[in-house]
Amino acid sequence: MNWQGYAQIVLVLGALVASAKPLGAFMARVFEGEPTFLDAPFGWLERLIYRLAGVSLDPAKREMKWTTYAGAMLLFNGAGIAVLYVLQRLQGMLPLNPQGFGALTPDLSWNTAVSFATNTNWQSYGGETTMSYLTQMSGLAVQNFVCAASGIAVMAALVRGIARKQATGIGNFWVDLTRCTLYVLLPLSVVFALVFVSQGVVQTFGAYHPVTLLQATKDADGNAVTDQLLALGPVASQLAIKQLGTNGGGFFNVNSAHPFENPTALSNALEIYALLLIPFALTYTFGRMVKDTRQGWAILGAMAVVFLPMLWLCVSQEQAGNPAFTSLHVDQVASALQSGGNMEGKELRFGISASGLFAAATTGASCGAVNSFHDSFMPLAGLVPLWLIQLGEVIFGGVGSGMYGVLMFAVVAVFVAGLMVGRTPEYIGKKIEAYEMKMASLAILFPAATVLIFTAIAVVCDAGKKGVFNPGPHGFSEVLYAYSSAANNNGSAFAGLSANTPFYNTTLGLSMFFGRFWVKVVVLALAGSIAGKKLVPPGAGTLPTHTPLFVAMLVGVIVVVGALTFIPSLALGPIVEQLLAKT
Amino acid sequence: MFSQLRPALVSLAALTVVTGLAYPLFVTGVAQAAFPHQANGSLIVQNGKTVGSHLIGQSFDDPKYFWGRLSATADSNGKALPYNAGNSVASNLGPTNPALLDEVKGRVDALHAADPANDAPIPVDLVTSSGSGLDPEISPAAAEYQVHRVAKARGLDDARVREVVQAHTAGRTLGVLGEVGVNVLELNLALDALE
Repeated sequence: MNWQGYAQIVLVLGALVASAKPLGAFMARVFEGEPTFLDAPFGWLERLIYRLAGVSLDPAKREMKWTTYAGAMLLFNGAGIAVLYVLQRLQGMLPLNPQGFGALTPDLSWNTAVSFATNTNWQSYGGETTMSYLTQMSGLAVQNFVCAASGIAVMAALVRGIARKQATGIGNFWVDLTRCTLYVLLPLSVVFALVFVSQGVVQTFGAYHPVTLLQATKDADGNAVTDQLLALGPVASQLAIKQLGTNGGGFFNVNSAHPFENPTALSNALEIYALLLIPFALTYTFGRMVKDTRQGWAILGAMAVVFLPMLWLCVSQEQAGNPAFTSLHVDQVASALQSGGNMEGKELRFGISASGLFAAATTGASCGAVNSFHDSFMPLAGLVPLWLIQLGEVIFGGVGSGMYGVLMFAVVAVFVAGLMVGRTPEYIGKKIEAYEMKMASLAILFPAATVLIFTAIAVVCDAGKKGVFNPGPHGFSEVLYAYSSAANNNGSAFAGLSANTPFYNTTLGLSMFFGRFWVKVVVLALAGSIAGKKLVPPGAGTLPTHTPLFVAMLVGVIVVVGALTFIPSLALGPIVEQLLAKT
Repeated sequence: MFSQLRPALVSLAALTVVTGLAYPLFVTGVAQAAFPHQANGSLIVQNGKTVGSHLIGQSFDDPKYFWGRLSATADSNGKALPYNAGNSVASNLGPTNPALLDEVKGRVDALHAADPANDAPIPVDLVTSSGSGLDPEISPAAAEYQVHRVAKARGLDDARVREVVQAHTAGRTLGVLGEVGVNVLELNLALDALE
């Protein structure tokens, strides 16, 4: 790889670290209910929503117990799924549909509704051939905002639970949802959307635009083709929240590989920055809310320790290129004139470095947008996004979900450390007891079990096997990737899999649904329990949770759980493919 | 739980109006006022005719034109139609799939058939499919590989064609972001304009 490739990675990650503190501190103010500079433009709107919704304007009167909080969250997301389902079924009769797309099938509508309401954004459809502008902007993009906000809300509730002592309440879901949307996601989206437009991302309600080809071509039947139809739409506004909310559902079928959804090297760097921006900053928000910012930096450090070697593996495998091409006299070596490497499924303007960084970021962070096609990655490079998803989306993680996910691992880490010295574990002044351990284990194990069970079912039944595109072990990887992506709410794919069938739409929909809401409810249960506990002052036997020792413990737990659970299945997919490719 | 029904429905409706209507309309309004060229597809207009977009590639197989990346897009019936900008798709061929080797070999053979004397190694981006199927660019190496063929077909000096290639080569943003690329459609339009 050229030195510019490394410099690009350092630049993007450096910018993220630099913005973690200012944005993280700002978000802490938002969740603590403190005034911010955005009260002037949006404060009236916040209060209007509370008044219409019947939510008290007095913070003391609207505290919720964890059960109420979880019920509110489920009701809101359930209503979101219902509305999105109906919108897709009726889109043929609704306005803003210049291409005249008809209703989606029931199984596809279910899959897409669950997908967008769970922050997964798995897409069994191609946007520009399926969805009207109205469905995209008033259905899908709305869920991009509110389910991201819902994830951040649950994280805020958990952190309050840790920070409070002997409390019954963990905050108010409606307040967290509204404040997160109005003060964090919306302003950032407006800024990013306009910058994306300046780079060439389209933003229009006009119909698809025909242009005359310079050289006429022929279709498969030999008929002359003289025109090209450019798909357009209100893309920039959807792109901004798709990245910032770690949603990842592309306006176009090829997502951020499409030149109208990611036109330049700068837009690409900003898309990577946008998708990691809030997950980075939330580690600081966490530290700020528990009044010890070192705790947040330790979590961010642990994430980076897992992320960087995985990024290196992905980029170096892709840069090495495909050994099968050498006999065909193909030049894959990086030089001043080309990036070289495995360019199948990649855009030239991104090359190896910016594609590998995007792939690792989007899968570590539960985003699922792609700027290159993971199905065409070299076997071990494709293992990287797959395993980052399987780790439970905690390597930076989705907005909110990454932070509450990693805190489950932190609970397990202090428990393991406690076992070693025979002492009741504590985390940030709270005793971790049997109930907390049960909840953390349920949060970690349930998505993993979902992945493995559904993959096993799919690869033994005909309906599952029919969807496989690439032959051999790679076909198994496609199925494993699909359920890993769905149950952990990532949304990216080994996209050769033909997933728009009743079997895959239904089972992937179920994986997404349980993967998201099961974990959220369990996390809130832990939050409720831990909020009611006394604060234990740190003693001589307390394991400090801001030190390199704890970072190592946390990384160890994440990696060991992820490895023990998934190495057997990875051995059947990418690992055996790599061994076969070499012989 | 049902006491939460009213806030659930009201919040969903209110946030739909704010994020699903007001927000995209506001962004569209500002975008159309401030960046009308980009917001509408960065179209290239020549003599009143729209001949393409700066950002979307087109299919070329005439020896007098530079060729772009391979494209896996199809028409609405699922039959191959490269650079169909209404239906973006990647090949999704796995690295060990024999079909991938066939695809690469097909392009290698086509390049050799168009320029039999050229036995230089072929830059990888010229024999692989792009992610979008609409990639507007090739690497400078891929352009250099084709310079002699294009020059010969047009009766021009290699040096003259190389000058036009250089004029349509864009460097990295800020010196480090992305890769150096040559816009194929712009390059071919410029070559046609020479004559």
